Amino acid sequence: MATDVTERPAPDVDEENAGYWDSLRRHELALQRCADCGRFWSPAGSFCRWCLSDRWSWERVSGRGTLYAFTVVHQVYHPAFREAAPYPAAVVELEEGPRLLATVDCAPRELRVGMALEVGYRDLPEGFTLLAFRPVTGGTR
Amino acid sequence: MNPRGRYAVVGVGNTAYGKLAGRSAMSLSVEAVRNALADAGLRPADVDAVLTKAPTSNFTMLWSAQVAQAVGIVPQVTATLDQAGASNIGLVGYAMWCIETGQCHTAVIVYGDNPATGSRATYARPRGEGAAYGMFGVPPWYALIAQRHMHEYGTTSEQLGAVAVACRKHAAMNPGAQFQSPITLEDHHASRFVAEPLRLLDCCPISDGAAAIVVTSAERASGMRKPPVYVLGIGQGHPAWDVPYRSTLTTSGAATSGPMAFRMAGITPADVDVAQLYDCFTIVPIVTLEDYGFCAKGEGGAFVEQGRIALGGALPLNTSGGLLGETGMPGMQLIVEGVRQMRGECGGRQVPDARICVVSGQGGVMTTHATLVLGKEVP
Ligand SMILES: [Zn+2]
Repeated sequence: MATDVTERPAPDVDEENAGYWDSLRRHELALQRCADCGRFWSPAGSFCRWCLSDRWSWERVSGRGTLYAFTVVHQVYHPAFREAAPYPAAVVELEEGPRLLATVDCAPRELRVGMALEVGYRDLPEGFTLLAFRPVTGGTR
Repeated sequence: MNPRGRYAVVGVGNTAYGKLAGRSAMSLSVEAVRNALADAGLRPADVDAVLTKAPTSNFTMLWSAQVAQAVGIVPQVTATLDQAGASNIGLVGYAMWCIETGQCHTAVIVYGDNPATGSRATYARPRGEGAAYGMFGVPPWYALIAQRHMHEYGTTSEQLGAVAVACRKHAAMNPGAQFQSPITLEDHHASRFVAEPLRLLDCCPISDGAAAIVVTSAERASGMRKPPVYVLGIGQGHPAWDVPYRSTLTTSGAATSGPMAFRMAGITPADVDVAQLYDCFTIVPIVTLEDYGFCAKGEGGAFVEQGRIALGGALPLNTSGGLLGETGMPGMQLIVEGVRQMRGECGGRQVPDARICVVSGQGGVMTTHATLVLGKEVP
């Protein structure tokens, strides 16, 4: 049986972060929010990052944010990215506070730290969904 | 009690660096230990602790115990520390504590790996969130840091290039360095992007090789084959959280580690004659110089220009070539060079009258940081 080496590597989905990856699949970005201190956190974990409470729920976030940092990857590290390179990868800061690893759906030369973004999704044939934020036209927050 | 000057490095040794096909991590480690013991004038039986950082490319349980066996030492203490590129300095601290508390008297600390030609088991099957977004290995993560530093402080690619030019200049003066040819700023600018804003010449190579040091008490050190090089200060600071979740990308653990070590040593940056700062990427020494207080935050880019960090400049940096020029090994070579500079053994690349050297180690993606202040004497 031949292995398809062009398959994009999959995220490690486990009991702690399954709620996050499921929310991406539904195109309804959700993070854990603490019932005691009210704060969101990422990456997923069984206890609040800020007060260690175990009272929390998955809550949908606004999907609005800004570009905190980015790179444009030229090196082909994996055959699945040969066609895409050079491709952007980014850290996006959500209005609610947490930062997330994501990609941005625009030409690499248009990327600017601080640019306003709104959430988008990329459903991959490998069976999972990634965050692909979109620039908000004319916006800088 | 201030440990300043109570411990010393009495032996250093290393192998060749580069592509060493057919050499295992163990074989390289044993050669480095043999060379460090010969340098110290010691036999294996004189050493009672074997401390290691596990090979990055093939993480192995109880690695330090296996190294002890291979060098024929039945030790009192073995330990492997997982602070990635900060581990070697972290292990100096562990050696100091074991000696202070009477658990051992003389420790050999060794790192060896063969990622260039041997197993790359750690990287064999990429997966996880980073890989899903195309963030493989280390360079794209440091690219986020470099880009953010450029955004916040106006740091330029030419300033990153100045670090690479200085390191390669020094490597060309070191017959043991992997890279023997100097480069220019134009070479740096012409090199391809790996992950913007980092170019190929902003990145250290992946190298085979090993290096080792021998640490003992100042009392035992006096009268050994080589003059002791004293540990004046040591510190660490570990931001720990993954890059996306950290409060800042432009300040490293050096901001706490450096002042801790400098305070212990009773010095300020102005007292430092030569620096060996971890340089897996050109942005790293720039951030470290700022966080150590050699310049204000954000002025690291300007600091490294105008030849200031080259031999003959105000603060010669990475005089053996560092990770960028001597070998991509994660940090032990920097301690070895620091010791040789304090002994005055560096020939054409010797910093005249060097008495104090600061060495840094950094692991992960600015995840860990450690600082070592070495002295020719105890001031
Ligand atoms: Zn909470």
